[in-house]
Amino acid sequence: MLDQAEGFVTADGRKIGGVVMEMKNITLRFGGVVAIKDISFDIREGEIRAIIGPNGAGKSSMLNVISGFYTPSEGEVWFRGKKRPPMRPYEVARQGIARTFQNIALFDGMSVLDNVMTGRLTQMKAGLFSQALWKGRAEKEEIANREMVERVIDFLEIQHIRKTPVSRLPYGLKKRVELARALAAQPKLLLLDEPMAGMNVEEKEDMCRFILDVNDEFGTTIALIEHDMGVVMDLSDRVVVMDYGKKIGDGPPDEVRSNPDVIDAYLGVAHD
Amino acid sequence: MSDQFLFAAEVTLNGLMSGVLYALVALGFVLIYKASGIFNYAQGVMALFAAMTLVGIMDGQVPFSHLINAIFGTEIHHFGWHLPGLLAILLTMVVMAGLAWCVQQFVMRHLIGQAPIILFMATIGLAYLLEGVADLMWGSEIRKLDVGLPQGINETIDSVTYGMFGYGFFIDNLDIVATVIAALLVIALVIFSQYTKQGRAMRAVADDHQAALSVGISLNFIWVMVWSVAGFVALVAGIMWGTKSGVQFSLSLIALKALPVLMLGGFTSIPGAIVGGLIIGVGEKLFDFMFGPMLGGATENWFAYVLALLFLVFRPQGLFGDRIIERV
Repeated sequence: MLDQAEGFVTADGRKIGGVVMEMKNITLRFGGVVAIKDISFDIREGEIRAIIGPNGAGKSSMLNVISGFYTPSEGEVWFRGKKRPPMRPYEVARQGIARTFQNIALFDGMSVLDNVMTGRLTQMKAGLFSQALWKGRAEKEEIANREMVERVIDFLEIQHIRKTPVSRLPYGLKKRVELARALAAQPKLLLLDEPMAGMNVEEKEDMCRFILDVNDEFGTTIALIEHDMGVVMDLSDRVVVMDYGKKIGDGPPDEVRSNPDVIDAYLGVAHD
Repeated sequence: MSDQFLFAAEVTLNGLMSGVLYALVALGFVLIYKASGIFNYAQGVMALFAAMTLVGIMDGQVPFSHLINAIFGTEIHHFGWHLPGLLAILLTMVVMAGLAWCVQQFVMRHLIGQAPIILFMATIGLAYLLEGVADLMWGSEIRKLDVGLPQGINETIDSVTYGMFGYGFFIDNLDIVATVIAALLVIALVIFSQYTKQGRAMRAVADDHQAALSVGISLNFIWVMVWSVAGFVALVAGIMWGTKSGVQFSLSLIALKALPVLMLGGFTSIPGAIVGGLIIGVGEKLFDFMFGPMLGGATENWFAYVLALLFLVFRPQGLFGDRIIERV
């Protein structure tokens, strides 16, 4: 089923497209430590792809490779049909890959609205004077940007805090603002680094709903890392399982759940 | 009205004007500190460097002429032209942007993530290096800077106040121009940082590097931009001070006067730099006027620092600085 180049249709009737991003034989070393060992997988258009694994499995490293914060020691990254040369993170972002962080990284000095607006920076092309004088191209751009931003704010239900400085927000809302900022960039691929980490059950459910809705409403391709296996299984279309830097499983949630290696990694092997 | 009161009013006005000049220097510090957390000790020398470059370009002086002559045994000093002020200012802006690029490329880029004290020390090194380069490039004699700014007593104010109070206020035209230019500069900076993409990116970088990268901002570009803007502010300050008291190496010492201004206004606040500058300017002039005679004069030399000390004791974050709250 997964081999079809044109994509496939999920059980709930969503259409999954062709390959957006392909990781080929990625290895990542820090000195003598091997964080990722020869891992390959792909991410298809419109799907929710999860990378899971126990602590220290190399999930975050993998996400950092995708978003350009780390350069792989070996292997190739293919994005939208092209091999990607080694890039700096801001160049990767400009290509249309947005991300959130495990330990929230927001602009504390700015309001929620301004934070989300920074997500639109890559879309702004008007010249400096045009912007300062608020004329011509800048005006049109700003209006289009504001529309997108308002749509995202509305969608993630953060209208009531749009003028609030983010430093005053509780944890769960901060996470949501971060998601809003990433979403405002209209990314071709959205990376979420442990979106549910540190949340209570209610906040987790909210976040789950938002991730599903984002995927549904905007058609955004999402790759997420999660620790909590239960959440991931409900959420994702396909799952990569990592353990000690190696890939030990890859497939739809049900298939992965019954994979003996995965069970071993999570529950420990019974040595008898 | 008593003469004493009128005289005090005149002193206050003059204090406000010189406060504007302090504020201009302080502004350069604030810009870089906000965007990169670096306390740029070289800001004063940058003002000196900018003023010297401006004079050099206007007079058509050959840069590094002593060095060139010593090596090649030539005898060149001048290109033989005199450039109009405005053109020379534009060229100097290009030089300051080039300087910003060099600072980022050869110094700051390699120190990303280092402790603030190391960055601070790097800027001390930079200050002395730049002073040496300025000397080598343009020579060390005191130069007159005249870009066409009006100077001398403002006759209108003098006659109007004389008509009203029977006592003419002495206000220097240059000070008035400086105030207007400083006000325009601040407005431009505020528009830039609040309403443009680059300004937004600058504030973003000031807040969080990782997050800035993730929304597609190049840190290197922003830092070069910030140093360029600080260079531009240094140029404006250099022009004002240079016109007032000649372009000389003691110009770099005005950076020291900016320190108390920053302590008063807070290191991270643009309005703080302005208000702090004005308070210091007015404070030191009035204090000298009222208590100077009792204390043997020359109180302007130390008043600002004593005021800053008092602020450090009672309100260490300054008037407008970010509150320091330690959660336990």
